[in-house]
Formats: sequence, structure tokens, C-alpha cells
Amino acid sequence: MQEKIITAQNVEFHYDNEYEDAPVKQVLKGVSLDIEKGSFTAILGHNGSGKSTIAKHFNAILLPCGGKVYVEGIDTADEEKLFDIRQHVGMVFQNPDNQIVATIVEEDVAFALENLGVAPDEMRERVDDALKSVGMYEYREHSPHQLSGGQKQRVAIAGIIAMRPDCIVLDEPTAMLDPKGRREVLKTIRRLNRDYGITIVLITHYMDEAAQADRIVVMDGGTIIMDDVPKEVFSNVETMKKIGLDVPQVTELMYLMGEAGLPSDTHIIDEDECVEALLELLK
Amino acid sequence: MLKDITIGQYFPGNSVIHRLDPRFKIIITGVFIAMLFTADNFIGLGIGMVFLLVSFLLSQIPFKLMLKSLKPIIPIIIFTSILNLFFLDGVVLFKLGFIKVTYEGLRTSAFMIIRIVALIMGSSLLTYTTSPITLTDAIERLLSPLKKLKFPVHELAMMMTIALRFIPTLIEETDKIMSAQKARGADMESGSLLQRAKALTPILIPLFVSAFRRAEELALAMECRCYQGGDGRTRLRQLHSTGTDFFALGISIVFFDIIILMNCFLG
Repeated sequence: MQEKIITAQNVEFHYDNEYEDAPVKQVLKGVSLDIEKGSFTAILGHNGSGKSTIAKHFNAILLPCGGKVYVEGIDTADEEKLFDIRQHVGMVFQNPDNQIVATIVEEDVAFALENLGVAPDEMRERVDDALKSVGMYEYREHSPHQLSGGQKQRVAIAGIIAMRPDCIVLDEPTAMLDPKGRREVLKTIRRLNRDYGITIVLITHYMDEAAQADRIVVMDGGTIIMDDVPKEVFSNVETMKKIGLDVPQVTELMYLMGEAGLPSDTHIIDEDECVEALLELLK
Repeated sequence: MLKDITIGQYFPGNSVIHRLDPRFKIIITGVFIAMLFTADNFIGLGIGMVFLLVSFLLSQIPFKLMLKSLKPIIPIIIFTSILNLFFLDGVVLFKLGFIKVTYEGLRTSAFMIIRIVALIMGSSLLTYTTSPITLTDAIERLLSPLKKLKFPVHELAMMMTIALRFIPTLIEETDKIMSAQKARGADMESGSLLQRAKALTPILIPLFVSAFRRAEELALAMECRCYQGGDGRTRLRQLHSTGTDFFALGISIVFFDIIILMNCFLG
């Protein structure tokens, strides 16, 4: 049994209404989820599925209206432990421009450490390490507006890494980026997970990004409807389509071949496997 | 188009002046301004100018750049000198109709011109040799004693940093909105001044809305990085004062003293 870093128990959440007579819209309807240490989990879902809302519970930006969330055993409702929780679980948002505080890359990476009162010598070391781990060390003296979107997002990730968190939650980190930037960021995320053992929770609506995770949680209408390894999740092509989500193109090809009566396997999610399967079929 | 502008007017370099501790540079600039306003005769002012000239030569800033900084204040210079030249009473030098020029007027306007020019050049020298971020840093540290009086020093510095950080972002955004509105047929280049001012509304409103949205997200991102105000904060960049800084401050105080002496003996 693996150690859990985040445990959500039957979390319910709704936003307070401005008008009292308006019906309360339940955003989360009892979500239970465990995130294992060192894992790479993707949370997939359509707009309004509650995927970002549950992510915001993981580092106490939002507190559950019902149920509990524990980070390393600490209840997120415990206000005194707020900064402990946020050091354990860092969060990266969609728009890199709105996350960078300082006018120089390295100063921005140091921001969290300055807030925590880390001594300057140690800070220097941690900032350099963080920048190296996202491959932005050469740009440390640049100003953020000189960087591309993907580079800015990597700086934002470095700003979180500098806190040395155990887990990083990324809320659609690639939504504002071009394909090149997306690849850069995703490569960085995977490296952080593999080489540094940082637990990753990736909120996304890109199937190809989710396919790279160890586990996919699919959300719809405030509940979890699927929770499995990518192969299994994507093989449910019909369910995915019903809630407005796509599957990777190769899986879709396999699915359509199956519909046409050809032998196929919808557990295929990457291109190499697909090519092999097709070659097998053509023999 | 708007992308090329630089924030502030920092001229990167590695001269003695560039390397001075920014806190000392601010204080020395203050002393220099005090010099200009204490001097009440031309010799005193001349000594102040010598001080400026020496620091200017040490800074290796191109002379052209210095002149450029004077450009925006030319109207002010002309305006004050005209006022002083024609409207001061005293010994009349010559008279043309209702216009008369007095000795006092001539003297005062010359004095004012030198004073204003020196003032602008001196403060430009500070901004040319110090990057905006270092300047903010230094201001925060210089003002830190005011914290005891509940003056929000850290908040002020944080606001300055964020403003500096977001200027390019917002400029880029303005550019984008302008193109978008032009694509929809907005006319921003013709019409009277009032019409043109009105044409800015469809640019300013989206800009404000997005600025508020950005502010909200930024606040969230700052919270996620454990921001809790100025208490117990440490800094990555440490400012160190060296012997050179004290030496420079000493020199400027000596100059200041000479000017005071000049006032006593010649005034």
C-alpha cells in the first residue's frame, strides 16, 4: 500500500450565491479521491465538471462545504497549518503572466522563499536548483516579458519547486500555450515526476497530455465517473464521448475500426502501438 | 509598436557610479538637490555643477542621453525664465515698449535655468545608473525605519514592483485590444480631440476588466506561494555598502559644506 499525500473524503462544494433566492449550484457532489506519493495523476473533465474546483481544495485555496481534505494528514480547514499545507502542495495556474510577481526571473523564483523567511545563502542555492530543474537557469537574469509562454510557465513552475513541495497541482498549465510551449512544459512536468519524485496532479482537457499520466480521474458534473490507468479509461470510448471528451486519435481509429467490424484493440493509446497493430493487421 | 519601449531609463553599465550602493546613490542625489537649493550665488552653483560633471564623467553615460533627459522640461525652462526675465522689478537694463528687462530679472532667470537643468541631470543620473528594481529595493530599505510609524513601506515597494512587472504585459494587451477594435472598424486616428478621447473608451474598458482579472489571479498565485506581507521576509538580493559608498557620500557632504561656506562669505 502506497503512502497517500492527499486524501479527499466525500468533498462537497458550492459557491455562495449573491442572490438569496437563486438556487445553489452544487459544484462538487461528494468527491472522494486519494493521491499517492510520487504518482502522476491527470484529472480530466469538461468545462464546469468541477476539476479545477477540486484542485483548489488540495492546497486550501478553497475549503470544502462538506467532507474533509487532508494533506499529509493535515486537515486543510486548520488555518494555523495553512502555510505548511501550501509548502507541501504547490499550485501552478493557467496564465503564466498572472503568476509571475517580480521583474527578474530569479527574483520571482525566490518570491516564495522570501515570504517564508529563508536565509539568503540557502535561498540562492534553492533558486539555482529550481531553475536548473526546469531548464531555465540560463535565463535567470532575464525579465519575464522577454520570455515565450512556455518559458514563462516553466519559471512559474520553478517558483513552486523552490519551496521544495512534495506535490504540485497544475491547473491547465498548457491551455494558453502554443504547441511548442505545451511540449516544453509537459516534458518538464514528467521530468519532475520521474527524476525528482514529485507527485503531480495535472488538470487538463488535452487527451494526449492525460495519456502520459499513470492514472486518469475523469470528472463530470461534480462527481468522479472514472478512475483508472489511461489505457482502461480511454477504452471506454462511448462514455468519454457522451460527456463531451475526446480520446487520443489512435484510440479513436481503433474504435472506428472495431465498429467497422475489423479486429481492433481500444486499449491502444500511443502511436507506436497503433502502428504495430496496423502492421499486424495488414500481414 | 508599443512593445519596444523600455521601462524607466536604465542605461546598463559597470562604472563606479553604477556599482555604488543604490541606497547611497539616493542619499547622495538628495544631498546634491539640497546643494542646488542652498546655493544662493553663482560660485556655489558652479561648485554644484562641478560635482555633477565629475559624477557624470565617472558614470560613462553618453552626453547625448543626458541631453535627451532635458527635452521634456524645455517648456518649463522657457516659461520660468520668461517670467523671471520680464516681471522682476529692479535696475532697468533696457526697455522696449511695455517690456523691460532688469538686471535682477536676468540674474534670477539665469540662476533658475542652471538650477533646473542641474536638478534634472542629477536625478537622471540616478535613474540612468540604477535599474528600476534595484531602485525599488533601495527605497524600501531606506524607508524601513518608517515602519515603526505604521507607514506601509513593504506594501509600497511591492506595489511598485508589481507595477513595473505589469507595465509591459498591459502595454502588450492594449496593443492587442486596439488591433481588435480597429478590426471591428473603430476609428482612433481622426476626428476632434474629444472624439478621439471618446474612441478610447472601447479600449480602456476591456483593459480595466482584464487588469482586475489579472489582479485576482495574481493574488491567488501569491497566496499559493505563502505571501503574508512584509513581516519576517528575507531577500534574495542583499545590498552591501563598501568603502567607496562612504567615500562618495563623504565627498558630496564636503561639497555641500563648501557651498554653505560660499553662502556665508559671498552672500
